[in-house]
Amino acid sequence: MFSPKRRGRTVSLLIVILAYVILQAMIMSGNLSRLLISLLVPVCAYIVAALGLNLNVGFSGELNLGQAGFMSIGAFTSVILAGILNANGITGIPVLILCILAGAAMAAAVGWLISVPVLKLQGDYLAIVTLAFGQIIMSLINNLYCGIDSKGLHFAFVTNTIELAEGGKMLISGPMGATGVSTVSTFTAGFILVVLTLLIVYNLIDSRSGRAITAARDNRIAAESIGISISRTKTLAFVISSCLGGAAGALYALNYSSFVATKFDFNSSILLLVYVVLGGLGNMSGTIISTAVLVVLPEMLRFLQNYRMLIYAVVLIVIMLVSNNEFLKTKAEQLKKKLSANRKKGAAENV
Amino acid sequence: MSETRTPVLKITDLGIDFGGLTAVNDLSLCVYDKEIYGLIGPNGAGKTTVFNMLTKVYQPSRGTIELCGQSTEKMNTIEVNKAGIARTFQNIRLFMNMSVLDNVKTGLHNDISYSVFESIFRLPRFGKQEKDADAKAMELLKIFGLEEKADLIAGNLPYGEQRRLEIARALATSPKLLLLDEPAAGMNPQETEDLMKTIRFVRDHFGIAILLIEHDMKLVMGICERITVLNFGMMLAEGTPDEIVNNPEVVKAYLGE
Ligand SMILES: Nc1ncnc2c1ncn2[C@@H]1O[C@H](COP(=O)(O)OP(=O)(O)OP(=O)(O)O)[C@@H](O)[C@H]1O
Ligand SMILES: [Mg+2]
Repeated sequence: MFSPKRRGRTVSLLIVILAYVILQAMIMSGNLSRLLISLLVPVCAYIVAALGLNLNVGFSGELNLGQAGFMSIGAFTSVILAGILNANGITGIPVLILCILAGAAMAAAVGWLISVPVLKLQGDYLAIVTLAFGQIIMSLINNLYCGIDSKGLHFAFVTNTIELAEGGKMLISGPMGATGVSTVSTFTAGFILVVLTLLIVYNLIDSRSGRAITAARDNRIAAESIGISISRTKTLAFVISSCLGGAAGALYALNYSSFVATKFDFNSSILLLVYVVLGGLGNMSGTIISTAVLVVLPEMLRFLQNYRMLIYAVVLIVIMLVSNNEFLKTKAEQLKKKLSANRKKGAAENV
Repeated sequence: MSETRTPVLKITDLGIDFGGLTAVNDLSLCVYDKEIYGLIGPNGAGKTTVFNMLTKVYQPSRGTIELCGQSTEKMNTIEVNKAGIARTFQNIRLFMNMSVLDNVKTGLHNDISYSVFESIFRLPRFGKQEKDADAKAMELLKIFGLEEKADLIAGNLPYGEQRRLEIARALATSPKLLLLDEPAAGMNPQETEDLMKTIRFVRDHFGIAILLIEHDMKLVMGICERITVLNFGMMLAEGTPDEIVNNPEVVKAYLGE
């Protein structure tokens, strides 16, 4: 027994792997522009963050306006940890792995702290709280100074009062952001993180927790009547979404030698939400495609200069209209039915 | 006779007000071990409201509910289910976008003990417990003649099958007391006939008590050992099916000539 759902998942995993192989081949043969190569890791990071967000928004059905805030937590956690590790002579892939784990753990912990009180309430409070959370995190980190020297870590807030000993190094410099990051993220690492994220999300959906999340969204009263706690399942979806946001942030951070906290602002949270909604709520392969296209597109449109965002907006609107068009949807359904009927007929003839 | 059996559900002087409206008042009844008990009465009498109080969708304004001697006063809906009450709904509440099998497996939620971590990384306990859950769910579907439909989407089932699936899902939580709200509504006479047999089988097989609301008198009189008649939220009569059909007040208020 091989359900269509399972087949769809295998196909989307295969497509991701195929995309990786093709892109790698293009890099090796020099057929990929420098611009596109520079976008590979950020695209992977945004895909991971968007997949997590889709679990929260698509599956659990809660509005989350602060996913970029969790990316920020993951990013700056990993900057500090990478600083510590580098100071101790650890470099390369181990730094990346440890930073992704730490970023994910920190974001999950913060996600848990803010969601436990909120998700006990019914209604769209999570949207408001995550909106505020994103802003607060951005302002906090924008005013944070952190340096490391032989005595260890030093922190300061609002004004930089840190005096580093000989050989010390600033890791975070307030509005200047993270500085002097050792870039260790690679496309291969990003690809592996995307595949892991897909597996995690699919495995979760196909488990006790996934059924509970769907049940809580589909029919609250029925879910409670069979002993499922709504707030618990919603919290779980939110924490895993935050966790993946943190991992994405870590991957993103270690790709740049410097970046600022305002990179993860309200706009980024909204963009992530756009990727999820356009890709389809609860549709993971759709999310991957829409994220890749919508991250790359504005960069490709740079030649349009001032008209860039205008064209981008028009393209967004067109995609939205096309993907929600009843006529096209029914046509697609009919085509699908016809194809599966043909396949069945073919199978019958084979017997 | 019934005095030697242990009570599973004991309701005493139960009542609830919605604003100025008293929907149920002074209701007392006792459902014994392995008993099939009927709750009947005209539309708006307060029958569903009683179920909603038992499952804490509503908190009663007055009176007590005891399940196997334990008061449910401090429990919420989830705790009541864990304590042993499962129900179906008058307007079917399935997880319409899930498969038939997954609906029942969702009912096994608290029967499964692997952690989120174990499910994400597909550790051995996940595989074993999912296999057990599949087997249990299929067994339940078989009882309701739905095993062939396991992979269909619940929302695509005909009405009668949706009602049966809802019972299977409720049973998956291993209740001590099963509440059925109009289980035969929308079924044809043949389906109702089969449902009566199934309800009896469920009682015998799982050894549980069943409290049911139903307007189909053939079903009620055919399988209930005792019946309470509710009218305008008040208890009108209580007794065996024979006593109820011969009670002039019940005939006047509900059954008709
Ligand atoms: N949440 C509520 N708020 C206000 N009134 C309510 C509420 N729930 C039920 N009622 C009222 O309580 C009374 C009893 O309703 P209930 O649904 O229990 O009747 P019922 O016996 O199940 O009827 P039926 O046979 O039609 O299902 C009705 O008058 C109804 O309007
Ligand atoms: Mg009712």
